[in-house]
Amino acid sequence: MAALLEMRGISKVFPGVRALDHVNLSVEAGEIHAICGENGAGKSTLMKVLSGVYPHGTYEGEITYDGAPLANRSIADSETKGIIIIHQELALVPLLSIAENVFLGNEVAAGGVINWPETFQRTEALLKKVGLFDPPATLVEKLGVGKQQLVEIAKALAKNVRLLILDEPTAALQENDSQKLLDLLLELKAQGITSILISHKLNEISRVADRITILRDGATVSTLRREEISEDRIIRDMVGRDMAHRYPERTPHVGDVLMEVKNWSVWHPEQHARQMIRDVSFHVRKGEIVGIAGLMGAGRTELAMSIFGGSYGRDITGEVRMHGKPVDTSTVTRAIDAGIAYVTEDRKGLGLVLEEPILRNISLANLAGVAMRGVLNKAQEATVAEGYRKAMAIRTPSVHQKVVNLSGGNQQKVVLSKWLFTDPEVLILDEPTRGIDVGAKFEIYGLMNRMADEGRGVVMISSEMPELLGMCDRIYVMNEGAFVGELAREEASQERIMALIVSK
Amino acid sequence: MAVVTKDENAGAKPGLDYLKENFREYGMLMALIAIVLFFLVVVRAQLDVDFLSAQNITNLFLQNSYVIIMALGMLLVIVAGHIDLSVGSVAAFVGAIAAVMSVNMGLPVYVVVPAGLLCGAVIGAAQGYWIAYWRIPSFIVTLAGMLVFRGLTLWLLGGQNIGPFSKGFQSLSTGFIPDLFAVNRPNLTAVVVVVIAAALMVWLGWRARKRDAAYGIQQEPSAIFYIRNAIMAAALVFVGWKLASFRGLPNVLIVMTVLTILYAFFTEQTTPGRRIYAIGGNLKAAKLSGINTEKLVFLTFVNMGVLAALAGMIVTARLNSATPKAGVGFELDVIAAVFIGGASMSGGVGKIVGVIIGAFIMGVMNNGMSILGIGIDYQQVIKGLVLLAAVIFDVYNKSK
Repeated sequence: MAALLEMRGISKVFPGVRALDHVNLSVEAGEIHAICGENGAGKSTLMKVLSGVYPHGTYEGEITYDGAPLANRSIADSETKGIIIIHQELALVPLLSIAENVFLGNEVAAGGVINWPETFQRTEALLKKVGLFDPPATLVEKLGVGKQQLVEIAKALAKNVRLLILDEPTAALQENDSQKLLDLLLELKAQGITSILISHKLNEISRVADRITILRDGATVSTLRREEISEDRIIRDMVGRDMAHRYPERTPHVGDVLMEVKNWSVWHPEQHARQMIRDVSFHVRKGEIVGIAGLMGAGRTELAMSIFGGSYGRDITGEVRMHGKPVDTSTVTRAIDAGIAYVTEDRKGLGLVLEEPILRNISLANLAGVAMRGVLNKAQEATVAEGYRKAMAIRTPSVHQKVVNLSGGNQQKVVLSKWLFTDPEVLILDEPTRGIDVGAKFEIYGLMNRMADEGRGVVMISSEMPELLGMCDRIYVMNEGAFVGELAREEASQERIMALIVSK
Repeated sequence: MAVVTKDENAGAKPGLDYLKENFREYGMLMALIAIVLFFLVVVRAQLDVDFLSAQNITNLFLQNSYVIIMALGMLLVIVAGHIDLSVGSVAAFVGAIAAVMSVNMGLPVYVVVPAGLLCGAVIGAAQGYWIAYWRIPSFIVTLAGMLVFRGLTLWLLGGQNIGPFSKGFQSLSTGFIPDLFAVNRPNLTAVVVVVIAAALMVWLGWRARKRDAAYGIQQEPSAIFYIRNAIMAAALVFVGWKLASFRGLPNVLIVMTVLTILYAFFTEQTTPGRRIYAIGGNLKAAKLSGINTEKLVFLTFVNMGVLAALAGMIVTARLNSATPKAGVGFELDVIAAVFIGGASMSGGVGKIVGVIIGAFIMGVMNNGMSILGIGIDYQQVIKGLVLLAAVIFDVYNKSK
């Protein structure tokens, strides 16, 4: 078979980060080609290069498509050549009908006037192809995620797709919907459509993929043929990096159980039938750093936010105990009073008031600590902030600097300061080093160790396995809303964690 | 006391650098001064009348009191990331209620005023409830309120004017502080009060400055601090002297000043004030910091209702009758004053001082253009362009 797509020596540099480093990818016509890799391995970046999100000239390397060099200027450009990407977050307009969505931007029209009868006819034909039997006039918001996925594929077919790229298409789907989608991929393959499938789920990959390319740290590790695919091999290639990072030394002094969560269950805030957290129980001891491992979408953030004042989800059931006594964490204020702090993964969106200065951000969660009977003591506020600036080594000329002007690492230190100022017993840190350079990471690790040494309990949620292994005394493994394993420091390894995740 | 921080020594011309950095705040003050001087000159040249005569200064305060009082509440609403379009109608409605109580039922002023304020609070609560707890956009809720309360005003007044009021109620707006020294003119009380106020302002400013310096808080260079205080104290004493030579200090001016100080204190020095800024700056982060965002937004609207009620009664007292058309378009003057004063449409930004300056810019222009006999048509065009220019200036400043 001839190669439909050849990507050779693709490199892409963002300020401070080399996201792709001479990646090679070869996709043959009519195959289903899977791409595997950890979060941050460069899968999405590679697909954005291919689909024209990053236009020609912003990356190095060559792409040959259908025997000719490919130089996309935009997404529209690549779509006219039949390269269509379906992102993890679906790009449908919920309040438009299926037919309107399928032909959005590609309307069946003459002189700007839409030919509705033909639009509906052609939509119906496309829907039949993808196995969706809802009327084309149905509003997309009435469809479940699985059916919406099918509408996306129908939309791709309407544009005469030749190379279909699916970015983790089954991440949000139930089991039977996933099966249907995979069957559809095989059917499209029979019709001559080539697919690239990005997925974490090894059982799916081994079911449909003809070949698989594994990326790690922005580089191609291997391309395996169907016969060579085995879970062990894939896991080894995915995580097989040597421990390049160093972690600050720490001798754990683990004490009594501090916080205990029992039988925690949470449902999706809008899709009422969807359970996000399934009967999760865990505990943290004094002076202990506990990790929660899992892939994106495993429900780790949802778990943390639902515990922290019911900030996520509905119909939350379960119990939180501090020092063995049940506590009420139903509002954020109560959770803070109970001694819990949650440091969000979305610093800018949920953690900081960007346009306000550092000192105001630090005092925000504990204004009572710098006020008397509701009247602020600004001198005290400045002193407190100054204290954290020194203790956390926040690099800024003054605590009156707006946080929007700080680097990611310094912003994270401001958020950590803010929560330490509430004097919590348990800190839940959600991706505490995301988007932070290596030097600042090391500092954050040091701060985490200090928190543990002060007798606080630390829960660390992270998608980077090396950092969990390097930092944590104990690691829980989470997948699809449930805890699927617990590993002590000695027994934990990347392979074992990955095996627990994919074994489902 | 000439405290010089390290940062100041860095630049060759620290004063100028500072002005550039804080161009927005000083720019508006300078614009106000420029506008006043412009009218002073033009009115003198065209009509040979003193723009800053005692009578006209008194008029300026009486005419603009309602805008300033409502703008204090509107600033909180806008800082919290909302808007209130109903204030004009609410002011008219409460004015009508006060008229019915005072004129038709003959109730005394100390019953009517608290009752009016209570009505305002209830109206604010009724609107704030939907906005805060049901997350219905404030634009829509208060647009509905604007129609509803205008309609209720018409209904209550039966399309008629109600008046005149008793002397007691009228004094809400047209009353003056009596002269304790009984010298007649100049009104010595006014002079004494204003001089004390000016001294107090300078002293408080100086104390805050000293405290800031002790904690390394960045502050304006001393030259600018002295110049600014000299100008403001001089303006204050000048205005006080002029007022003294006319009828003394208007009651409204005292109410306005006290409220302004209270709201400046509330927004800058208290925890609920601070929290409102955080809500407007990043609602989700505020929520995750344990702030009861719903309750604060609700209370912001209750407060707005009370201030609209107060403004409504003052306007009614000034006109000496409640009319169905009272307060039409007030909301736009008030909102314009807040935005000219530097508040941000997206919330989280804005200062009481800015709002006062914004309100006076609008007020002085209204007054000056009327004296010059500029038609209402041109007046609207000019005011609209000034609002647009102020906001463009803001955006330009930020993007620099």
